[in-house]
Amino acid sequence: MATQLHRRLNAPAAVAVHGLTRSFGTRRVIDNLDLNIQPGEFVALLGASGCGKSTLLRILGDLDPEFSGEVTVPTRRAIAFQAPRLMPWKRVWRNVLLGLPGRPDRARAERALDEVGIGHRADVWPKVLSGGEAQRASLARALVREPDLLLLDEPFAALDALTRLKAQALVAELWQRHGCAVLLVTHDVEEAILLADRVLVMKDGVIAHQESIALPRPRDVADPEFTRIRGELLDWLGVRQGAAH
Amino acid sequence: MSITEIARGYAPPREAESAAGSSGPARADLVRLTPATARGARVPRWLRRTTGPVVLVALWHLASSTGILPAEVLAGPGTVLSSAAKLIESGELQAAIVVSMSRAMTGLAIGGSIGVLLAVLSGLTRLGEDMVDAPMQMLRTVPNVALIPLLIIWFGIGEAPKIALIALATAFPLYLNVYAGIRGVDQSLIEAGRTLGLSRWGLVRHVILPGALPNALVGLRYSLGIAWLALVFGEQINATAGVGYLMANAREFFQTDVIVVCLVVYAFLGLAVDLVVRTLERIFLSWRPSFTGA
Ligand SMILES: Nc1ncnc2c1ncn2[C@@H]1O[C@H](COP(=O)(O)OP(=O)(O)OP(=O)(O)O)[C@@H](O)[C@H]1O
Ligand SMILES: [Mg+2]
Repeated sequence: MATQLHRRLNAPAAVAVHGLTRSFGTRRVIDNLDLNIQPGEFVALLGASGCGKSTLLRILGDLDPEFSGEVTVPTRRAIAFQAPRLMPWKRVWRNVLLGLPGRPDRARAERALDEVGIGHRADVWPKVLSGGEAQRASLARALVREPDLLLLDEPFAALDALTRLKAQALVAELWQRHGCAVLLVTHDVEEAILLADRVLVMKDGVIAHQESIALPRPRDVADPEFTRIRGELLDWLGVRQGAAH
Repeated sequence: MSITEIARGYAPPREAESAAGSSGPARADLVRLTPATARGARVPRWLRRTTGPVVLVALWHLASSTGILPAEVLAGPGTVLSSAAKLIESGELQAAIVVSMSRAMTGLAIGGSIGVLLAVLSGLTRLGEDMVDAPMQMLRTVPNVALIPLLIIWFGIGEAPKIALIALATAFPLYLNVYAGIRGVDQSLIEAGRTLGLSRWGLVRHVILPGALPNALVGLRYSLGIAWLALVFGEQINATAGVGYLMANAREFFQTDVIVVCLVVYAFLGLAVDLVVRTLERIFLSWRPSFTGA
């Protein structure tokens, strides 16, 4: 724990965003936004639909150069989207290795797939994977790159409740093992509190609120502190207007 | 009351029955679903598919043997078979097929390569699109057959104009389909490829070209169909060998049986080539979650 803290204090930030602005036409979706993420930190990003979360993620993933402001991100990044976006014409293990430098061998893909629990599906076409399996394959593809920053855009949104719980536990475990910084966009407040060191709420183009979660892991939804944080975040999201106090 | 509310979730309540005020839940209309294994057991597929042609040939035979269809108009199936046997015995038919086949394939190879090359050029680069696509879209409206006189003036009456005609005809379907295929590749997959660190060439090789392959094979099938059409027209230009030559000779002597043999040969060559494309699709598109037909 001490070494972790040391690393967090001394290392440069994994993500440093200063004065970021992104407009579509005359509309400023992101308006002078500041954000820092420490190496190894797990950050969850909440916000109403259409508030610009995906836009922010795409900028950090270098998929959208049309911004102004200062953005520093690690060179080793990986993204998993809401849809798995596997290449349908490549078998699962080839999908995992796609884009890696050199000539990575199959064993490497199999290790990554084993890690997410679908090692036995290495040889099939993506079309035969179930939704949860495809999402895990996409996660394996991201992690095999050993990123310093993992960007996740609602990766569990399309999964059923039970599979989602398993996927969340898996992400928590993988994060602890790999130690990369994670930025997770989600609509699920409980998911955010369960997984993150810090939860951000985005509103009107900026980070309107943030909440550090000091609860010990693994976290319990029934914890009164958990409930308190959830209530507060829901207020910020405008879900429980008036009912809270 | 609450029960009809629930039933409405699946089907609208039947007015007459609910109005009658029957006690308890309304009886639903049921339908029995048959599993695929039970459905296929009726008539074997091959039998269903061969019935049509067999009936047609039987009618043809009947018409010929009763004299309704005179031999000068169309020879009967028996005569056609025996003249086919004669042509095969003398080796004429095989030689003709080889000549025609190699014409079609040479033309297709030349025209297809040009079409694919231009499509890749205009599909991948803005500059290529501006320089290649507009002229191609313009040229494709010219009927190929209308070019025969020009081709004869340019290339004489040997093999060259025949092959040029086939090449011209086959270049367009491949161009159009490969181009559409490249432009139709899912943008989100290209984006995913970029986040995985693929270079520009890596994107072309691992994302764009494989994504365009289904369309390319559609283009190939069209091109093959047109290659045959162009072959038939091309072989009318003073041919001295090939199936078209055989046919032209038969016409001189009113040998309708030989003409029918040639027509059947054209049909079978077309079918054989289609089979090749189907096989290619099975091999290269096995990843595709596509509909296989009921
Ligand atoms: N390419 C684009 N052109 C024009 N407007 C865009 C574009 N991309 C996003 N927008 C707009 O920017 C706003 C923010 O979009 P974004 O996708 O970032 O929302 P989000 O917070 O991810 O929403 P959700 O939670 O529903 O995914 C939306 O109003 C959207 O319409
Ligand atoms: Mg989004």
